[in-house]
Amino acid sequence: MDTLALLIAATLASGTPLAIAGLGLLINEKAGVLNLGAEGMMLVAAIAGFAAAFTTGSDIAAFVAGAAAGALLAAAFGVLVIWLNTNQYATGLALSLFGYGFSAFVGVGYVGQKLSERTAFEVPGLGQIPFIGPALFRHHPMVYIAIGLIVVAMWFLYRSRAGLVLRAVGESPESAHALGYKVRWIRLLAVVAGGALCGMAGAFLSVVYAPLWVEGLVAGRGWIALALTTFATWRPWRVLLGAYLFGGVTMAQFALQGAGVNVSSQLLAMLPYLATIVVLAVISRNPTWIRLNMPASLGKPFHPGT
Amino acid sequence: MLRLEARPQPSKLMSLLSPVLALALTAILASILFAALGKDPVRGLAMFFVEPFSNLRQITAVLLKAVPLIVIALGLAVCYRSNVWNIGAEGQFLFGVLAGGGFALWLTTHGIQLPQAVALPLVLVASVLGGMAWAAITAVLRDRFNANEILVSLMLVYVAQQFVNYLVFGPWKDPAGFNFPQTKNFDPSTWLPLLVPGTRLNIGVLIALVLVALTWVFMFRLFRGFQLQVGGLAPAAARYAGFSSSSALWTAMMISGGLAGLAGGIEAAGTFRQITPHVSTGLGFTAIIVCFVGRLHPVGIVFAGILLSTMIIGGELGQSRLGLPNALTGVFQGLLLVLLLACDTLIHYRVRVRSALADAR
Repeated sequence: MDTLALLIAATLASGTPLAIAGLGLLINEKAGVLNLGAEGMMLVAAIAGFAAAFTTGSDIAAFVAGAAAGALLAAAFGVLVIWLNTNQYATGLALSLFGYGFSAFVGVGYVGQKLSERTAFEVPGLGQIPFIGPALFRHHPMVYIAIGLIVVAMWFLYRSRAGLVLRAVGESPESAHALGYKVRWIRLLAVVAGGALCGMAGAFLSVVYAPLWVEGLVAGRGWIALALTTFATWRPWRVLLGAYLFGGVTMAQFALQGAGVNVSSQLLAMLPYLATIVVLAVISRNPTWIRLNMPASLGKPFHPGT
Repeated sequence: MLRLEARPQPSKLMSLLSPVLALALTAILASILFAALGKDPVRGLAMFFVEPFSNLRQITAVLLKAVPLIVIALGLAVCYRSNVWNIGAEGQFLFGVLAGGGFALWLTTHGIQLPQAVALPLVLVASVLGGMAWAAITAVLRDRFNANEILVSLMLVYVAQQFVNYLVFGPWKDPAGFNFPQTKNFDPSTWLPLLVPGTRLNIGVLIALVLVALTWVFMFRLFRGFQLQVGGLAPAAARYAGFSSSSALWTAMMISGGLAGLAGGIEAAGTFRQITPHVSTGLGFTAIIVCFVGRLHPVGIVFAGILLSTMIIGGELGQSRLGLPNALTGVFQGLLLVLLLACDTLIHYRVRVRSALADAR
């Protein structure tokens, strides 16, 4: 029973950065911009957050630093693809490669440093319930904030006027432009917000989840988060669901090892990546369904006045 | 105020100047970075771009590293021209190493002595097939299941890396290797012959040059190559002409997977001569940069391959001689690609200076 509670707790913790990053990318994509630089933004944010937590000792400083780093890189990406009309795939890829190199470079001095284990926040009362308490109510505050962010995003995208404009920009930039909305600025705003969320996810990984810094710490979670938006068919609550699912798969390998299953750790380590591939294939199998759900202008540049 | 104005036609000149401009901007940012690290910028730049050509040993190292970069990038150029976004060349490279190296290892452990003229081609063919097989997974999932090839090919890189680790930590580990995660050394009959005796330069260089010529012929002289590029530039026109997009996808993926695999075979038989967890050095990702800097053109890729290889060797020299962090190479590579894409704007647009007065009117 206790092991199961711990496993559920670990699943929530490992799903949280995927949920936050996936939500950020979803907001990007709802505005019509595909940012393949998620992995790079998360890496730079992870080292920024780690450095901030290491020097100040404050988690809030770490998340602010991570969000700022992610937002800054996203802004650079945004200017390139929105104003200079560079190829979104190539530019995102470039951002990922740059982020990998840059984070490794900045992080040289932090390799091997360890932060103290973060103290979990215990929800008063609920945290004391046997089984349910340790599984669900003794987490870092960010785990709950992530759920809150998803709820806010659902309200924002589908219940607020600003969200409607954002979706209009993603579905038909020409119409939004004709109505007088500044399509490029709205896209930039969405990209920067997405970058900030990816940054918070990166900081969560290095400060709360690991908590340490090694080169390439994010280990493909940026790409998994990108796959999550397709998995979720661009709906926020499904991003959360998918994130916990992938978190569970990541944890399953440790559970299997702990249970003494005789499979090499390297083969088990493939699980999250294989799961991503399988899920992508299953979800995308029906092209019409994907096309119906995908923001119509996703990945396509927009030039006003042409 | 500066304004971007669309050119009536893309500028050929800018397409060639843009990499030069991007390299110059990278060098400027690099000098700032060197200064920030407390190193002399001139010495730092010289270490990265001049020192690798200072003696025969360094030049050999540059050429050796350029070969896999060029071979992988040739395949990627075919892919990207066809609008197929294979970014998992690193995984296909690793499967080339595993298939080619695995075959060499099998010959070695079973004590099968073949003449080099038989053994080596078989190793290289195996590596091509290994790369193709790994790329085929992406192609099937894209073709039959409509799964995004960017994400699938990239996820498969992580899987391939774990698979290499599994083999060298497990079934393929050298029993006499003091428990180190490495295989036996391959039999010399499977090694690539040296091109210049007394150096490490092997015939991989010749293979790369032949492939450059073949890729050029494929792209610009064969109907199949033309079909692929039409599909990349104007999918609707290609459909109307009756060119199958699924067969274009398969051709592009098999060419790029096969070439990435071959690069793995060349590295396995030419440089590594055994398999360790360190066979994955990110060459498959650097090759993406080579491909773009080389303008997706076989000849451009040769120059870009040598440039990126120079930066890798220069980074190693900077680490050992100036105490610069090894990660600097990655920073410069990433910067180069980002700046290149920014400079590429000048191919399709020109910058016009307009006064605020004209704007107001």
